[in-house]
Amino acid sequence: MSGAIERLGGAVLERLRVFGHHATFLVELLRACPVALRRPALVIAQIHAIGNRSLVIILASGLAVGFVLALQMYYALSTYGASQSLGLIVNLSLTRELGPVVTALLFAGRAGTSLTAEIGLMKAGEQLAAMDMMAIDPRSRVLAPRFMAGLVSMPILAILFSAVGILGAYIVAVLLIGVDSGNFWSIMQAGVDVRRDIGNGIIKSIAFGLICTFVALYQGYEAKATPEGVAHATTRTVVVASLGVLIMDFVLTALMFSTP
Amino acid sequence: MAKKSIEIFVGLFVLLGFLGLVFLALKAANLGSFNSGDTYTLTAYFDNIGGLKVRAPVRSAGVTIGRIASISLDPKRYQAAVRLEIEQGVTFPSDSSARILTSGLLGDQYIGIEAGGQEKTFVAGDVIKQTQSAVVLESLISQFLFSKAADAGSTGAPTPTPTPTTAGPGGAKR
Repeated sequence: MSGAIERLGGAVLERLRVFGHHATFLVELLRACPVALRRPALVIAQIHAIGNRSLVIILASGLAVGFVLALQMYYALSTYGASQSLGLIVNLSLTRELGPVVTALLFAGRAGTSLTAEIGLMKAGEQLAAMDMMAIDPRSRVLAPRFMAGLVSMPILAILFSAVGILGAYIVAVLLIGVDSGNFWSIMQAGVDVRRDIGNGIIKSIAFGLICTFVALYQGYEAKATPEGVAHATTRTVVVASLGVLIMDFVLTALMFSTP
Repeated sequence: MAKKSIEIFVGLFVLLGFLGLVFLALKAANLGSFNSGDTYTLTAYFDNIGGLKVRAPVRSAGVTIGRIASISLDPKRYQAAVRLEIEQGVTFPSDSSARILTSGLLGDQYIGIEAGGQEKTFVAGDVIKQTQSAVVLESLISQFLFSKAADAGSTGAPTPTPTPTTAGPGGAKR
């Protein structure tokens, strides 16, 4: 009996310790950001590594999602004779939900894993410890530029995902199916609000960028300095970041869009 | 050289993101089609606004000429006070009337303004005197039933009037 209580208490304390560890890591990361801004070249190089290199997969996925959404929604909408609203539905689902969320999931897989593996190997090779020895703070030199690059890249990628998705829907709806082009755009313009739909989507994508980059950096920095440790940390990055994004998405959607 | 090309690529990336945002805002949303900069405000009181919402369009002859700025209950008149923002260039005679209409069978509600014949026009802050409330389906049905009942009563049927009225709603449910 007392053993069970002991285990329960141990588990709770362990959870609290992990949570506190995450929080202090985030605070240290944020504190390192202004220092890193003094060397913008580092941030730019990371935007290139994180943002530019993810561009192809994001654009290709956006186009594919736009194609498929248009085909599927056309099937449902034509039952009600409302196929003119195809553009509106595709636009709202992309800018509000799918753009930020799918981009974040792809981002965790494409950029998050490479961040974790890179930093995990730096730690395994004791490069971070060496920096510390030379009185260079690895947080401001290595982690903070990557963190800021993630924060900048993610909204841009999400915007491009939505934009390309809408173009994809246009290709399928107007050019292949034959929905009227004027109705496609005008019903979309009448129903989409810049601040409410597009603005909230961008806020979402910034929050997701923070989650993905933070989780990737944390897992890399706290990885065990062995090959298995790095492999394990990379897997955990994808799992934790994806779950975090989905939970955060529910919270943000409930806050932003619960009122009509 | 390699550093320069990285900066160029990042610049292109950010520029592409900006272009995507401009595309979303201008082509795929309503920014630019109606800017609320140059408008004047009119107020209209309605007995019942039905499902009218803030930011719903104000139309005249079907053309959107403004938006609804706010809706509130006037505590003295027990009527809904609706503030309309009308585009600056559009003026109406001071005996124009405002009606709450529905676009299509299932569409959203909007306010339609019908021009009157006066030479004097509305200026900012005026109140539209002639208004017509939203059509509420329940009151429409009960009106119809009462007129049916009245017809049945006037044709000289011997049945007392309560019978058709109680039978009426039951019939409407089916």
